[in-house]
Amino acid sequence: MESQEKPRVAFFSFTCCEGCQLMVLSCEKELPEILKHIKIVNFREAMTEKSDDYDIAFVEGSISRRDEIRKIKKIRKQAKVVVALGACSSTGGLNCLKNRYQMEEVKEAVYGKKAAAHYKLIDTIPARPIDDVVEVDYYLHGCPISKKEFLSFLTALLMGKNPDIVNHPVCVDCKMAGNICVFEKGGHCLGPVSRGGCDAICVTYGTWCWGCRGPVDNPNIDSHRETLERYGLTAEAVISRFALYGQCRQGKKC
Amino acid sequence: MKRDLNIKIHEITRVEGHGNIVIDVKKGEIKELKLEIIESPRFFEMMLRGRRYDEAQHIMARICGICAVSHTSAALRAIEDAMDIKVSRQATLLRKLAFDGEMLQSHILHIFFLVLPDLAGVGSIVPLLASHPEMAKTGLELKRLANEICETVGGRHIHPISLFPGGVVFTPKPADLKKLKRELEASFTGLEAALEFLADSELPDFSLEREFISLKSKGEYAFYSGEPVSSLGKEIDPKGFTEEVKEYVVEHSSAKHARSSKGTYMVGALARVNNNRRQLGPKAKDALKASGMKLPCYNPFMNNMAQLIECFHATEEAIGFIDELLELGPKPEPLARPRGHGRGVGIVEAPRGTLYHEYEINRDGIIESSVCIIPTAQNLRSIEDDLRAFVPTVLDRPKAEIAKGVETLVRAYDPCISCSAHIMDVSFLD
Ligand code: SF4
Ligand code: SF4
Ligand code: SF4
Repeated sequence: MESQEKPRVAFFSFTCCEGCQLMVLSCEKELPEILKHIKIVNFREAMTEKSDDYDIAFVEGSISRRDEIRKIKKIRKQAKVVVALGACSSTGGLNCLKNRYQMEEVKEAVYGKKAAAHYKLIDTIPARPIDDVVEVDYYLHGCPISKKEFLSFLTALLMGKNPDIVNHPVCVDCKMAGNICVFEKGGHCLGPVSRGGCDAICVTYGTWCWGCRGPVDNPNIDSHRETLERYGLTAEAVISRFALYGQCRQGKKC
Repeated sequence: MKRDLNIKIHEITRVEGHGNIVIDVKKGEIKELKLEIIESPRFFEMMLRGRRYDEAQHIMARICGICAVSHTSAALRAIEDAMDIKVSRQATLLRKLAFDGEMLQSHILHIFFLVLPDLAGVGSIVPLLASHPEMAKTGLELKRLANEICETVGGRHIHPISLFPGGVVFTPKPADLKKLKRELEASFTGLEAALEFLADSELPDFSLEREFISLKSKGEYAFYSGEPVSSLGKEIDPKGFTEEVKEYVVEHSSAKHARSSKGTYMVGALARVNNNRRQLGPKAKDALKASGMKLPCYNPFMNNMAQLIECFHATEEAIGFIDELLELGPKPEPLARPRGHGRGVGIVEAPRGTLYHEYEINRDGIIESSVCIIPTAQNLRSIEDDLRAFVPTVLDRPKAEIAKGVETLVRAYDPCISCSAHIMDVSFLD
């Protein structure tokens, strides 16, 4: 690395709450060290025109308007590595809840008939993850992302190692955290089929897993069926009840 | 002055995402002036439709990464209003403590990362580290502490987890609360330094009389709860808020605008300090005095000072809440159960102003419809009015200076996450 220039890193934001970007910015302690190894050339879409030269693009947010398709394609063209940052970007996230309705209905319900028909700025298409439009090299999951995971990902990437993205169910994290299982308490939980890597933080702080990190790759539902059956539930029933983060990938493409 | 002037500022600052300013002056007359909001809309009202009541706070928090506690609180209060749920004192205290954490976090980001570097004549907090190292470090430290308050109560400062319909589902340990209290007590020194700095700085002497709308609460300075009031003396029925305040769509913005029955109004820290100054804590009152701010104050640039005064108040208040929690001896509690259904309203004072959620929840606990009015949208009309009045007062200055003034004015409102836009300058220094 020594003689080489530092990798140029850019951050972009599409339709989202920007919480994942804020998570990165809250690495107050680590930021100075990080900045020794990378050069951040863009932390906002606004600067695209000014510094179009970058190697790694972190992309937050879903694609939900036509102009965003153009923008993400441009980013893909420039970047050597594209990383989806957070649920909105990696799975479509909560934004996809609106996809349950026709887009005309969605626009009219919120902005009224006249604006829906004529105003360009409120144009909308079904929300989708960025890999619906471009190829993605790595995914950082979660709503929001985990700071710990972000930092270890970045370290691995900079060291030229293949970043290791968690692919075990949340239950594994949950056992490690020493939590009492939500099922034991008579509740429902998406942990058995959801991707971990978050220390099962939602269970630790009193709720259940909402599935924000999406399903594990090849969710081996069979191996969890037993747990679910023990509590009188089918995997399908659990998933549909907690389909908050699963709208986009439930069989249909947007 | 009969001059021509054309200003177009791209991405001036975060206004719920992306916004541009367009000003066109011909022969000294403003032909066009608008704050374009080009952010892609999200349609939360539709996202919520058909979901269970106990998912609403989780979904609505994701409107904004910075003021997630405010959206969570407004959602909880709307759900609890609709379903006749009574929450315990302990749960209320914990929620209010998290609320103070968010108020501090949001205001501190804005003041230390955006306003102070501007005033010091540097681009961001990084050169501020060199020119005013103490001030910059104080800012970082205060921000960390504010995040820690939210984490201690809610598990995470972005999208807190434990605030739940019927109460709070996680109980912090007394030792963690005590640690927070100690750190909060020590944090006044930093706030005082910022106050001195801000009070010494020159802000444009610009004033435009307007209506201020905020909540007002009987026992305390209103953040988490209260009844909406207007500086014009009108009483506003919370359930009739949408009759007093009307939202409308303009072509140049994907965020709606709003007007009251009297026209333009402002929400946020300046509105709250104007409406509720008597309820500020003793340290906040001292800060108000030291700030030199005369009330009523109609100078939008003073919104930043009002935010700082509120930081004093939120810190005092948080210490008080911790004391009361420690006295109660925090222990896990069962959630209060729903006892009804129907229409419910939840209004809170988010860092940027009055935030309104309204849900219609059916017998099965499913949300049928919702309305959400956010602070920045309510201020857009006020910002444009201010610009229209402000630009003629500076028309004789060089264009760059006018542009800077215009930008500073918009930023003073702290429209959504302007603060993070500024931190991003970090990137360009290396
Ligand atoms: S994934 Fe969640 S936290 Fe991240 S930007 Fe999207 S809504 Fe916000
Ligand atoms: S089902 Fe949920 S609560 Fe139970 S172990 Fe798995 S993640 Fe934890
Ligand atoms: S516990 Fe589930 S919902 Fe919570 S952060 Fe982890 S994956 Fe997301």
